[in-house]
Amino acid sequence: MINSSLKQLGDMLQAKKISSVELTQTFLDRIKLYNPSINAYIALDEVKTLAQAKVADARFSAGNAAPLTGIPIAQKDIFCAKGWPTTCGSKMLANFIAPYDAHVITQFDSAGAVNLGKTNMDEFAMGSSNETSYFGGVKNPWSFDRVPGGSSGGSAAAVAARLCAAATGTDTGGSIRQPASLCGFTGLKPTYGVVSRFGMIAFASSLDQAGPMAKSAEDCALMMNVMAGFDERDSTSLNRGKEDYTRSLNLPLAGLKIGLPKEFFAEGLDASVGKVIETAIAEYKKLGAEIIEISLPNTGLSIPVYYVLAPAEASSNLSRYDGVRYGHRAAEYTDLMDMYNKSRAEGFGAEVKRRILIGTYVLSAGYYDAYYLKAQQIRRLIAQDFVEAFKQCDVIMGPAAPSTAFKSGEKVDDPVAMYLQDIYTISTNLAGLPGMSIPAGFAQSDDGVSLPVGLQIIGNYFDEARMLNIAHQYQQVTDWHTIMPNLDKPNLEMPEGKV
Amino acid sequence: MEWEVVIGLETHTQLRTNTKIFSGASIKYGAEPNTQACEVSLALPGVLPVLNKEAVQCAIKFGLAINAHIAPRSVFARKNYFYPDLPKGYQISQFELPVVGKGAVTIQVPAVGKNAAYEKVVNITRAHLEEDAGKSVHDLKNNSAVEGMSGIDLNRAGTPLLEIVTEPDMRSAAEAVAYAKKLHELVQWIGICDGNMQEGSFRCDVNVSVRAKGTEKLGTRREIKNLNSFKFMTQAIEYEARWQIETLEDGGTIQQATVLFNPDTGETRAMRSKEEANDYRYFPDPDLLPLVITEAEKDAVKAQMPELPEAMKARFEAQYALSSYDANALTTSRDLANYFVATIDAGADAKQSANWVMGSLTAKLNAVDTSISESPISAQQLALLLKRIGDNTISNNAAKQVFEAMWNDEGSVDDIIKVKGLKQESDSGAIETIIDEVLAANAAMVEEFKAGKEKAFNALVGQAMKASKGKANPAQVNDILKKKLTV
Repeated sequence: MINSSLKQLGDMLQAKKISSVELTQTFLDRIKLYNPSINAYIALDEVKTLAQAKVADARFSAGNAAPLTGIPIAQKDIFCAKGWPTTCGSKMLANFIAPYDAHVITQFDSAGAVNLGKTNMDEFAMGSSNETSYFGGVKNPWSFDRVPGGSSGGSAAAVAARLCAAATGTDTGGSIRQPASLCGFTGLKPTYGVVSRFGMIAFASSLDQAGPMAKSAEDCALMMNVMAGFDERDSTSLNRGKEDYTRSLNLPLAGLKIGLPKEFFAEGLDASVGKVIETAIAEYKKLGAEIIEISLPNTGLSIPVYYVLAPAEASSNLSRYDGVRYGHRAAEYTDLMDMYNKSRAEGFGAEVKRRILIGTYVLSAGYYDAYYLKAQQIRRLIAQDFVEAFKQCDVIMGPAAPSTAFKSGEKVDDPVAMYLQDIYTISTNLAGLPGMSIPAGFAQSDDGVSLPVGLQIIGNYFDEARMLNIAHQYQQVTDWHTIMPNLDKPNLEMPEGKV
Repeated sequence: MEWEVVIGLETHTQLRTNTKIFSGASIKYGAEPNTQACEVSLALPGVLPVLNKEAVQCAIKFGLAINAHIAPRSVFARKNYFYPDLPKGYQISQFELPVVGKGAVTIQVPAVGKNAAYEKVVNITRAHLEEDAGKSVHDLKNNSAVEGMSGIDLNRAGTPLLEIVTEPDMRSAAEAVAYAKKLHELVQWIGICDGNMQEGSFRCDVNVSVRAKGTEKLGTRREIKNLNSFKFMTQAIEYEARWQIETLEDGGTIQQATVLFNPDTGETRAMRSKEEANDYRYFPDPDLLPLVITEAEKDAVKAQMPELPEAMKARFEAQYALSSYDANALTTSRDLANYFVATIDAGADAKQSANWVMGSLTAKLNAVDTSISESPISAQQLALLLKRIGDNTISNNAAKQVFEAMWNDEGSVDDIIKVKGLKQESDSGAIETIIDEVLAANAAMVEEFKAGKEKAFNALVGQAMKASKGKANPAQVNDILKKKLTV
């Protein structure tokens, strides 16, 4: 049951083969058993969760259930959920109980889904390994001494370890796709503006986008049907009418033009990862796709541009955490400035501070033109690269991350190496494009552990339904997405894949 | 050396919208602290701003009123600084691309001493939309738990403001105040601001510098913050200009600074110098799309615009044959102009109405510090009073008594005339009888008149009026008396 698709779970609930309370309890029991070692969840509230499950069961009895009614979903702790601790992985908000619901939470509540708990994350979504969380790192379910990726590391581990039916994540530079690759599941970052940011704690407003993290493309499509949609409370939310993201799942792929950017297969990509990607591309050829080599010439600039723009926005977005109205306030201080200094020094972790400093610097008088303005100009060039590329192909494919999951602690002292984890994902955020990562196989690490590899699919604006179709067709002929880690004996052998 | 004072103003006008500029919270003044602070006002994690379209319409109205360029695309920017009553740690404002561009306001500078009144054009550099901060309340009292602490009231946080910036075009306190008054009238006229200066709806920052007369280069300016009365503005500018001139004449230099005016001492005092000034790290707010204003939107606002004071003044001169002075005085506020027009609509003569509205009525209202919209005498009642003068029912003198009684709410015009017995005698037969009696009783005066003493005539008129108990129509008395004496 824990490995069932959302559709299968929905059918079982509908047929009353199982109640939502039973299903929810199954996951809560698994969480009780495994969360202490994995640390995927940082807030659990059985009473609240089971109350929601009861409401869901009543909806089935009343005959007004929706596709995700009764399904237990894990929520990244970046979404404000009324009455729930909402910490964003930070000491700054360790005691913050949200008094209102994010749009995403409201959408799941209206659909009748069950909130299983809040998942761990890099502090304020700044990180690629979940190691910046104030609540400690998260174990990669495939290998406990490795990271799950980040920033949505808790949601990633929860999905991979089947500690939830599906989860939400957010992706500012790759925070859904890189952990999806490192933990071996399907994650989608939609086009910027498709999912409302209202109630989602801001990191870099012009890049942040929420999306589903689930076992399969079909599951992601069902999640998107709940998450996406116009919200007037977010000025950047796009009013395009409701879409059914499952509508194209079963279309054949014959004639599909797949572009492979040569910059995604250059130096920096682990050979073992490259090999898995090549095999996956070959599978697409079998499905009737045509492969075209393309170029995204400004890919190399995406990381420097991102590390100007994202910190600039973050430095301003995080100014509200001043200890005045809510959040951490230093116990003792001499005056206002001392209160600010101490509260923020104590409340924020090292990576957050680093980015606030960078952001403050690049926006300062005399530096703005050289950094912020220049970065905005290059951002437009990067977006233009994609416009050109999509003239030649329907979809772009490549690796989602340059390597498989790395060991905890391995990159914590080397921020640049950590930043390079997002080399293949950041440019889509800068362009506002949708991107996803799907399980494409396993690669063996130097120490002989087999770890999942994700294939990235980048689509044109608002092409999510087509990307889900492309992923779904692959998942009809492969079963990488169904393979689960053995949590009692994490990854010692190579899993048996079908390809 | 002769000095020239150079002044520019930045005015924060609070817009008359129903809700805040980026949220649905109320902006009503005077509520209990923090009862009008929603999630957005509190800057809770995850909240986002949504622009209030009403505020944009106010900005368009102002742009149209000063004949300014209205930007088809303007951008909201974040002004970053830390202060406890600034909940987000940044203020959403407009920086490089404001909604309203260059425009102009024509001011009337009143006569001062032997300097005659004159007209002047003040150029507007820009006007931009922004949100107000909350309020810090220092040294709390009457509550033991927080005694002596500082409190934050975020009711005002997010209140929509239009900041209106002038070129350094003014050359005296009188000009600056004339501009501020004109702007104050204008924003109320077009209905975008309630103009309440006590409540902070209209606050001015005044930039003052001095230079040797005849030179081009601007001196170093000091900015006097937050002046909320015209009286203080005059005092502050005069003090500041004098201080700068004395400093320079004593061989000193002026440092750019922000200063506060202390009404108790009448002095300005530096608050912070340029070195201490914040680096606001402006950048476009990624939470808000650029503000796009189409021609159609502008036209829609234009269609709702009231007739502007200049146009109304010109119309009053043409339509009612009023003098430029009268037309200008009657268009200093929309309520005053509306009142005047209402008297005419109710049948009053324009010139006569102008005299009464600007004379007796304004004097009365000023004496009790009441605005014309709260006048105890309605425009219709005043029109009726003027009609009774016009149809010779009462004399001008009697009208003053009636007006006084109306002010005291003693009844309608006609009732008062009746009760007080003020109806004028216009029956020429009756007046002739009275005059005959007066002439008979004052033979000596008649002789004097006939001997060439003009003054005697007036005395006889007075006698006749007295004999009629003031009710005789003075014009008729004059005519009949003249006839009888010259026969």
